[in-house]
Amino acid sequence: MDNLTDVNSGERLPDPWTLPLATLDPSDGRLFQTGQHHDYFRRLRQEDPVHWSPTGPTGGYWSITKYHDIMAVDRNHKVFSSDKHIIIGDQPVDFLPTNFIAKDPPVHDVQRKAANPAVAPTRVRELEVIMRGRIGAVLDSLPVGEPFDWVDKVSIELTTQMLATLFDFPWEDRRLLPYWSDAVTSTELVGNSNLSEEAREKILMECLVYFQELWVQRAAEPPKFDFISLLAHNPDTKDMIQDPMDFLGNLILLIVGGNDTSRNSMSGGVYFLNRNPGEFAKLKQDPSLVPNMVSEIIRYQTPLAHMRRTALEDIEFGGKLIKRGDRVVMWYTSGNRDEEVIVDPDRFWIDRPNARQHLSFGFGIHRCMGNRVAEMQIRVLWEEFLKRFSDVTLVSEPRRVQSNFVLGYETMPVVLTKLEA
Amino acid sequence: MPKVNFIEPDGTEHCFDAVPGTSVMSVAFDNGLPGIDADCGGMCACGTCHVYVDKDWMGWIAASTEEEQQMLAFAEGVEERSRLSCQITLTDQLDGLRVYIPESQH
Repeated sequence: MDNLTDVNSGERLPDPWTLPLATLDPSDGRLFQTGQHHDYFRRLRQEDPVHWSPTGPTGGYWSITKYHDIMAVDRNHKVFSSDKHIIIGDQPVDFLPTNFIAKDPPVHDVQRKAANPAVAPTRVRELEVIMRGRIGAVLDSLPVGEPFDWVDKVSIELTTQMLATLFDFPWEDRRLLPYWSDAVTSTELVGNSNLSEEAREKILMECLVYFQELWVQRAAEPPKFDFISLLAHNPDTKDMIQDPMDFLGNLILLIVGGNDTSRNSMSGGVYFLNRNPGEFAKLKQDPSLVPNMVSEIIRYQTPLAHMRRTALEDIEFGGKLIKRGDRVVMWYTSGNRDEEVIVDPDRFWIDRPNARQHLSFGFGIHRCMGNRVAEMQIRVLWEEFLKRFSDVTLVSEPRRVQSNFVLGYETMPVVLTKLEA
Repeated sequence: MPKVNFIEPDGTEHCFDAVPGTSVMSVAFDNGLPGIDADCGGMCACGTCHVYVDKDWMGWIAASTEEEQQMLAFAEGVEERSRLSCQITLTDQLDGLRVYIPESQH
């Protein structure tokens, strides 16, 4: 049966079963626009779960496609290093922003601990109160009965407001945040060619300059719970501004980490509920299913398709010999559809048992730091939505991002129906 | 058969029987106890089954591994009695073990 939820317009590449296994390369960004990547990974899970592709954005790489193998790589940070590179292609060495997701212990631990309080559970409870009001205000401002773009008006707006709050960023300038985030992820290294490398670097330098000013202000003010203040006042990270590439890298990490991920899960939920009207009916009948649905949306969307590691030594893995220096790509989007671990994995099922046990946040020491913020804002969005609207209907197919890293939507035209009083 | 006592942040106590060899996390999870998420299913890889071990029981539990300490380091409210409950294996010696569930998991 065709997986209806993944049908999309766009240029289709060859059916994976018509290609020689040895040449199968799932890194083409176009595969993820049409949903064909699911077929490529289904074949790899069945026939070659630890797979070498000699081609790739910057050379050969291993694909890890099964749930438990991904877990094993993610846990083993001593062999599978995050140093410098966490996406499939190598970043150019002459422009290499660094940050804690792309470092191993001990530097990773020190920087992560400094930023962590901004998204820890106690803080998330405070943020929920602030965000519930803002989410309600955004929903109340939406047009009813006429088409609008859910991605721009809801997903981008809400994740931007959340990010601006986490950074205590000047409110009127907040749309700079997704602008910078999109520049970061528009790169040939993840199969996207929207921006030249030169244009991309120019935009990121603007981001650096903006935040350098903000840092100086925050360092002079009493400590607060926003990311910049936390980093500027922590004895372990207070000199980060002296190393512009390290400062820029950590900004990029915190901006992209809080932007694309929640944004595309907010859009994905609308899409999945439209494609699965039975689940939508179930949700309206029983809003207490929202928290479980949030985990299911995050699994089903898998907003970041992969993370990449580099082998620090030769290791036998899944019957293959991974050599020191090899690129190793954990395809979360594949592991989240692993038939041997996830029951009926291609089904969007809002009351799925054990829905939390998905791979989308990663595992081990690099597990998503903001996962509780993400879950909270998607949950509050749907709780507040159900108080106001009886329906959100897709007008046409969404346009998807061309990328093997960010699985997301550029536009999603919808029409809202108000709840009958 | 060892019994384990879980104390919620509001003081509510729960007592469950456990099969020796299972983890404290799986006893909580299998009984649907709120407050233990166990997102990784017991692989010491998510830090969402954080508990505080009763001080009288600390001496009876095997020391934590480096891997456990690394995952715990990013949890909230970590103190000396903090453990990941998936890493505590139940034996008859631990019959009556008491663990406290934190306010929230990160």
